[in-house]
Parts: sequence; structure tokens; C-alpha cells
Amino acid sequence: MSELAISAKGLTRIFGDFTAVDHIDLDVKKGEIFGFLGANGAGKTTAMKMLTGLLSPSSGEAKVSGFDVYTEAEKIKKRIGYMSQKFSLYDDLTPEENIRFYGGVYGLNDRELKDKKDELISSVGLEQFRNKQVGSLPLGWKQKLAFAISIIHDPKIVFLDEPTGGVDPVTRRQFWERIYEVADSGITVFVTTHYMDEAEYCDRVSIMVDGRIDAIDSPSGLKSSFNASSIEEVFISLARSAERGDG
Amino acid sequence: MASAVHISQVSKSFGAVKALRNISFEVNEGELFGFVGPDGAGKTTLFRILTTLLIPDSGEAKVLGMDVIEDYKKIRPQLGYMPGRFSLYQDLSVEENMKFFASVFGTTIEQNYELVKPIYHMLEPFKNRLAGQLSGGMKQKLALSCALIHKPKLLLLDEPTTGVDAVSRKEFWEMLRMLKEEGITIVVSTPYMDEAKLCDRVALIDKSEILQIDSPGNLTKAFTKALYGIKHPDKYRLINVLKDYEFADSVHPFGEFIHYTDRRGSIDESGLNEYLDSKGLTEANIQSIEPDIEDLFMSLMQPEELHV
Repeated sequence: MSELAISAKGLTRIFGDFTAVDHIDLDVKKGEIFGFLGANGAGKTTAMKMLTGLLSPSSGEAKVSGFDVYTEAEKIKKRIGYMSQKFSLYDDLTPEENIRFYGGVYGLNDRELKDKKDELISSVGLEQFRNKQVGSLPLGWKQKLAFAISIIHDPKIVFLDEPTGGVDPVTRRQFWERIYEVADSGITVFVTTHYMDEAEYCDRVSIMVDGRIDAIDSPSGLKSSFNASSIEEVFISLARSAERGDG
Repeated sequence: MASAVHISQVSKSFGAVKALRNISFEVNEGELFGFVGPDGAGKTTLFRILTTLLIPDSGEAKVLGMDVIEDYKKIRPQLGYMPGRFSLYQDLSVEENMKFFASVFGTTIEQNYELVKPIYHMLEPFKNRLAGQLSGGMKQKLALSCALIHKPKLLLLDEPTTGVDAVSRKEFWEMLRMLKEEGITIVVSTPYMDEAKLCDRVALIDKSEILQIDSPGNLTKAFTKALYGIKHPDKYRLINVLKDYEFADSVHPFGEFIHYTDRRGSIDESGLNEYLDSKGLTEANIQSIEPDIEDLFMSLMQPEELHV
């Protein structure tokens, strides 16, 4: 198998007369932290839905963890993790119950679940809170737990959709240290964020504008080719040229 | 200068949860005042008190010189409020929403057109579109236009830029600057630390308490430790190696740099360089840097602790 976690070529999705994703090419290496940036409405969500097997492309090709997005979507879903800021855990379940629920969804058996449960709760540091409702935890802890649960089934790739929105600056950084750790263990991390400083933590970054990928490189490569001092500058100069508005 | 908002020793609890503890601050007339802090800090509770929608448990709250409890009926017509969640009518068009908000406040679009024009004109090509079908950035502009249509004296904006991309955020702050020039007092909250520098004065808020209030320039002066920016391609190892350093005080990733303070205060950079070399991190770049508001915020805030 190739060393690519994700490879997409000419990937396109059309809704009626609207081209949400317009021929994107994308290669993400195994173990890489890949930042997927773009303005609101540039097509990130649609692209992520195709890469996670939730939406069939209109044309083009893509393989995720070696499986085809058209014909092997179910295999992809089993091998990826997903976490978003908007939906992560059930507030009215305890951390343990959430772990059991998601572990069950991903097909872990009772023994695996038992081992994982303790390992995961101690890795997040929630020993004393295993029987408290998740809704009573501070946001940052909830997000750390949600991240740990999103990789409970040892996926090859984890998709993180704005995982740190609204999280305090210290916890936000702890979250990124966990991302480094997870990537170091060989899991590929595909992450979106509106915090431009977080783009600098990625190995490589792509920037979507009007459904296209207008730039893709390492943060330092992007800065030097755009003659900019920060990724924010690169982002603004690219996204300002958007014609679509953020529709 | 006259005070547009006067809050003294205000506390508010919901059951066992303390949402605000002894909050005091003043906003001057014509000021662009920011509340900067993460989710759960108490920002929305504070805005609900300022908009007379919630009654504080204790303390005094005056808005435009009037008491939020006794004079709420006189305060409300003079406020423009943009809540954190999009709360316009999704099944009305852009223009219908504007007309509705104008009529509720006993005015018309025409009467205050000059004030909303710079923002509203960007929406006019879509004035027949349903609000629910607008993009995030356009919804935000419509909500701001609706909050302004009765020419309020005080504009209260609760997290208007949350979840919004860097370009739309920048445009939104340009609009706020423009409204400030019109003499409108603005109180705005945000979880983005980098937006603090765009305010005249800022209150840093965390876990129901105000950590500090000052102008952005003075706030960064309050960070008195010597701060270093350290750069190396292997960022993850650099973080871990710095954290293991016996003199390390704080180690925080900050974009392409790691921000570092040392327990000895200011340091001889070559000593640290030698240590990094010995750990295999050769040619790390170390430089003395100026702190920003996020550095200060992190040095002031208490870590999120869990209470059994």
C-alpha cells in the first residue's frame, strides 16, 4: 500500500448549478498533521464529507486509507475517527457511558472496551469524573475527552473539525500537544481551524477558495512563496480574492 | 467622560453555578470596549444583564445612566443587541427582517438609512433572499444592520465573530470602527485573543471573574517577565525538551514559535542554546520578543480545574 493516507485527484461535487468543490487535488502523507483551511463557504465541509465517506463525489477520484470513496465508503468509515466542535459527546451520559457507546458503535468487544475505558479515562485525567455527566465538565475537558474517544478504535486517520473553537488559550495548546502525540504514534491528523496560529502547528496546510485549493504547502513554504510574515496574511490575501462571497 | 455602562460588584448564579463573581467595570461614552475570554467565562450572562434580560443577584448595574431593574423599559429602546446565536427570522427575507426590526422600534429603514447604509448596501442585492439562506458572513451583516436600524446609543454584540473566518472577522471589525466614528458606544465580546488589540479598552474575563481591564497597550505592559520566542523545525520535540529544562517557567506554542519564560528571569541565550544542542535540537533560533495579550491572559488565568 502507498504511503498516502489520503489522495484525491480532480475531486468535485456539484449541487444543482453550484460547484461546491471544484477539482481539488490533495495528497496527505501517513502520520502527517494536515491543516485544511478556507473561508466560510469555500467548500471545506463538502470536501470533508466526501473524504469521510458521507457524500458521494460528482466526479474525480479519491482514496482514503487506501479505499475508494465511491465504492468502499463503509470501509473508510471504520478506519477513520471524526470529532467536531459542534457535535462531540452526549452531555447527559457520563464519560464511561460515552466511551461504551462510541466503542460499541465502532465494534469493540467487551474485553477491548474494558481495557480501553480505563486507559482512555486516565490518559485524559478524568479518573474522579468517570461517573459524572459530561455536561458538567468544562468545555476544554469535554473536547479532550471527545478527541480521545474519536480514536478509540485505533483509526488510521482522524478528522478534526474546528476542535478548539471557544476553548481557553491554555487548554487549546494542551489540545495541540495531544494532536502532536497522536500524530507521533502514526495516526494521520486532518484538521480545520479558524485560529491562524494553529495553522502554523501543521506539517502542511491547504487553503480553499471558491471550491478550489489555491495553495498547499508547509507553513514556512507558504509564507515564503507569498512573501508573508504569517499564515494569516497568506490566508487573507487568498480569501480576499474569493468571488463566491461566503455563500 | 460620561459613563455608558456602570457595573459595580455584580454577581449572578444559576443554582450552584456561579456565572459572575463580583464584576465591576465602566464603559465610557463613545468607547469600543471588549470582553475577551473563552466559552463559559460568563460573557453571555453579563450581556443578558446589560440588556435587562436577566436580573443580577447582587450589585449595581446601570446602562446609559439608568438602573437595569427599575428603568428597563426606558433602556431597551436605546440598545442594539446582537445575541451570540443568529436570532433573526429565517423565513423572512432580508428586507422583511429589516422592516420588522425597524417597526418594532417605531421607525423605518429610510429614517436611519445613512447609518446602516455602509453595511446594508452589501446585502441589498440579496434583499429578497430568505435570511435562513444567507451565508454566515451575510447573516452577521444582516444581524448587525437589524441591531442598528433604530439608531441605538449603545450596541451590545455577544461573540459576533465566533466561528467566522479570518477575512470576515477582519471586515466585521472594520465595520465596528466605522460605527464608533458615528459616536455609538460598543460593547463586544470575543473568544479570539487577537481581537483584543482592536478595542479601545479590554476586560479579560475567565471563570466568572475579570482578570484585568486596560487598553491593549497597557495590558501587554503588565506582562513583566522576559519572554523568548524559540523556533525549530521539530516543534513537538522542542516543546517536550523545553518543558524538561530545569529552569523552564512557561512553555507555550505560539504559531511558528514556542513562547518561553525562564524561572531565572532574563537569561543568557547561549546557555539555553547549549542545552537544546545537547538534546539534538541544533540550530534552534532563540530571540527576545514582546508579549501579546494572549501571553498575559495565560499568565493570569488559573488552569481549568475539575471539582468533584
